[in-house]
Amino acid sequence: MEWLGLYNYWVFAVVLMMGFYTVIAKGNLIKKLLGLSIFQSAVFLLYITMDKVDGGTAPIIQEGVSDQIFSNPLPQVLILTAIVVGISTTALGLAIVVRIKETYDSIEEHEIQAKDNHR
Amino acid sequence: MIASHWPALQVALPLLVAPMVMLLRGATLPWLAALVTSFMAFAIAISMASTVLEGEVIVYAVGSWPAPVGIELRIDELSALLLLIVTGASSTTLLAARNSLTAELEPERHMLFYAAWLLALSGMLGILVAGDAFNIFVFMEIASLASYVLISAGSDRRALPSVFKYLIMGTIGATFYLIGVGLIYMMTGTLNLADMESRLAEVEELKPIMVAAGFITVGLALKAALFPLHAWLPNCYTYAPHIATAFLAACSTKIALYVLLRFDFVVFQGNLIGHDVQFSGFLMPLALIAILVASGVALFETNLKRLLAYSSIAQLGYIWLGASFVSKAGLTASVVHMFNHALAKGTLFIAVACLGLRFASLTLQDLKGAARFMPWTMAAFVLAGMSLVGVPGTAGFISKWYLISAALEQGYQGVVVIAVILISSLMAVAYLWRVVEAAYFGEALTSSSSTTAEKMSEAPPLMLAVVWVAALANVYFGLDSTVPLALSEQAATALMEHLR
Repeated sequence: MEWLGLYNYWVFAVVLMMGFYTVIAKGNLIKKLLGLSIFQSAVFLLYITMDKVDGGTAPIIQEGVSDQIFSNPLPQVLILTAIVVGISTTALGLAIVVRIKETYDSIEEHEIQAKDNHR
Repeated sequence: MIASHWPALQVALPLLVAPMVMLLRGATLPWLAALVTSFMAFAIAISMASTVLEGEVIVYAVGSWPAPVGIELRIDELSALLLLIVTGASSTTLLAARNSLTAELEPERHMLFYAAWLLALSGMLGILVAGDAFNIFVFMEIASLASYVLISAGSDRRALPSVFKYLIMGTIGATFYLIGVGLIYMMTGTLNLADMESRLAEVEELKPIMVAAGFITVGLALKAALFPLHAWLPNCYTYAPHIATAFLAACSTKIALYVLLRFDFVVFQGNLIGHDVQFSGFLMPLALIAILVASGVALFETNLKRLLAYSSIAQLGYIWLGASFVSKAGLTASVVHMFNHALAKGTLFIAVACLGLRFASLTLQDLKGAARFMPWTMAAFVLAGMSLVGVPGTAGFISKWYLISAALEQGYQGVVVIAVILISSLMAVAYLWRVVEAAYFGEALTSSSSTTAEKMSEAPPLMLAVVWVAALANVYFGLDSTVPLALSEQAATALMEHLR
């Protein structure tokens, strides 16, 4: 059952596709953004998973301890940046949705399209 | 002294000025600040390009930490040329921005627009100087987020749903790229592109790298609007403020292409067996379809901006096509077409911005007789259009010439490619002729429509000057294309060196 040991990567793939499906299938703009957030979170999981070393701890050098195993801190730092990028994207997306609601009085994709076609 | 820090300043300057622009008020001051910054960035790019032209690759270790431990900025021929395109396009379009924007956006919000402009500029420049895969991702997102803001400033309400679509698709593209980078990091433990190349040579299990190549290619193709992933582009270009369209059409999609070229040739081509065949087998058909389909759609499009947007998708097809040959000649054609297309399309969209000042609607129907009121604008439009088609003596001819000579090296495949190039050039003549026909030979709308004689006059002098400088640049680089060609050829040689 070796493949079960990699369950984090399975979770990554499943969550990624859940987010992707939501983005494509849902017509509500807020739900689309939620899907996008889930999609991005899956990638965070990928990065966090790959830095894990069995028995590894936080990378802090201690006096007198030389055989310490560390987890790789770099992917965590990278993903900290990616989370910030994700938040900015979501915030901008929500701001656009607010303006769409103000001008179209709807956040459903098909209703917005219908209103533009009627002009 | 300070010249040694130019790679960092190139990015930092617009990034630092952007928040300061937010403090300025009115329509003039923020514009002036952005304009001066952009021209300073242009000067830095010119200076670095002249260094690179002498055959020197500029390497800058951020914080004096050498690569691969530290973050490396790296300016070679390819990035130097793209830096010139981006800063040049930004400076030229900004010159015309004040007049054009005042008609579309209330003055209280101008400083926000210019701040977003500088952030977009700084993001694009950051992608071009970065030698590190993750830095490219971060700068790509800075550039994209700022572009979304620029587009959403459009006066038509349809700008909002379009930009939402762009945001969704752009983020998916960037996330795909991030997955690809993650997979490569997993296998090599490095983020520096040059270091990736050498470390990949020691990696035995190449399956994750192939998956990464797929994710990165698709993700960047989304950002670069390669057919069939171009769905976001036409609406965004149509409903964005005219001057933002001119800037973005000249630069943004080419940046994603640049990243793909860099990533693919530096990291993958030398290390994955048979990758060149897959690369051209995947991209060449898509590029050919893009050229034909997008030109075909442009033939029947009635809105001028949307027509030019579809023409952009077709022209991007040429750039992809050149890259898909995986040969030195092909890459030269591809890179030099980035320069020439930026020149031609930038000029066309600045001319559109001039028209947009006088015409509320930019459908061909409403533009009838436009040349009678705005002869100079339309003349510049025609000149840039000729460059887009590839008439000898204009910049577009140079890239078509190189593309066709690259295709000739491809054997029987090349014949099909040349046929497509010729057909699509004819299609370009046809769709641009529709604009010319409407503007020069169309009966002007009767005075009963809201247009008054006083309103129907030539564009303001500054905008006219800009559009003519840009149009004449098309002719200049058609007659003397030494600099872009030298940079493109050196860039192509450097990229091909990574193939073993």
